[in-house]
Amino acid sequence: MGLAAAVAVPIGAAALSPLLAWRSPIYIAAGFAGVIAMAFLLIQPLLAGGFLPGLNTLRSRRLHRLVGGALVATVVIHVAGLWITSPPDVIDALLFRSPTPFSVWGVTAMWAMFAAALLAAFRRRLLRWKTWRFAHAALATVTVLGSVIHAMLIEGTMEWVTKAALCALVLAATARTLADLRPRQVTHRRGT
Amino acid sequence: MTIHMVTRRSLLAAGGALVATGATGLLHPANAQTIAPTPSMRGGANNYRPGAPIVERIGGGGFWMTGTVRRAGDGAPLAGQRIQIWAHTTEGHERDPHSHGATLTDANGVFRLEMPQIVPAFGQPHGHLAYDSGDFETVFLRPVMRSSKDTSLEAHFVLQPA
Repeated sequence: MGLAAAVAVPIGAAALSPLLAWRSPIYIAAGFAGVIAMAFLLIQPLLAGGFLPGLNTLRSRRLHRLVGGALVATVVIHVAGLWITSPPDVIDALLFRSPTPFSVWGVTAMWAMFAAALLAAFRRRLLRWKTWRFAHAALATVTVLGSVIHAMLIEGTMEWVTKAALCALVLAATARTLADLRPRQVTHRRGT
Repeated sequence: MTIHMVTRRSLLAAGGALVATGATGLLHPANAQTIAPTPSMRGGANNYRPGAPIVERIGGGGFWMTGTVRRAGDGAPLAGQRIQIWAHTTEGHERDPHSHGATLTDANGVFRLEMPQIVPAFGQPHGHLAYDSGDFETVFLRPVMRSSKDTSLEAHFVLQPA
């Protein structure tokens, strides 16, 4: 319930933004893909750490992979939609030459997320478990930090208070899961 | 020994002061008269459409884009210069042709064009301006509004003869 509200309230608040009246459907979809991606960034560490009630480790892991795939898809829609809306602005952002300070954070977060997802896709073939987990967590941390700074610097459809609250929750959930990573393979201990 | 150190230190200080005075003294006369040209801003040319028509106002108006155009070097105001303006407003996206318009500077090098309210797009409430008429080097500006509630925005050009 708490998680549903944490995700639904900021999305609902963005749906009430006056800016929507002056945007094309594709631009609106691109913006909401970004908001939904941020919501996924709250769910992902909770699933990775096994913090969601009613899910055992196996189901939590499977959902984490599923939501990870959905996160990649929403970020692709976010960038593609913005590209269609204003190609030069997105090209500037991707080339790290945009005048807007939030672009560099967003693009950095995007590449970190792609790398984290690729690591997940080729996990067994590439690395030892501990090395893999460290690399995936490090990339996920860059994704989260970059995304939060990206979102907070933007004046967009998200309402400020609900945006700040969602970002704070994303940071807290990430920090909590990372804290569990340090001692040992904590994921085996939890949620069975 | 101590006396020697002090002497060397004061020598160094005096020398440094001399060099500093000399350098500023040499640069100063040049700086006093020269007004540097405005460089283009990053992203300024995004969604530019060359040849925007000169208009009374863009769309329904309600928002004012203002500024000045001067010549690099002596800073003399430039009359009759064509400034092109576009932005994401309540009436259209940056790329829409009807979001673009141009105006001319008056005898004092001042331009003023009424346009629809600029709204935040791509994360910031901002406008775009271009000087691209050939007599001077092309300049693209991208000023950002302090608040998206502002109903005016200014941008100033200092142009370098081409």
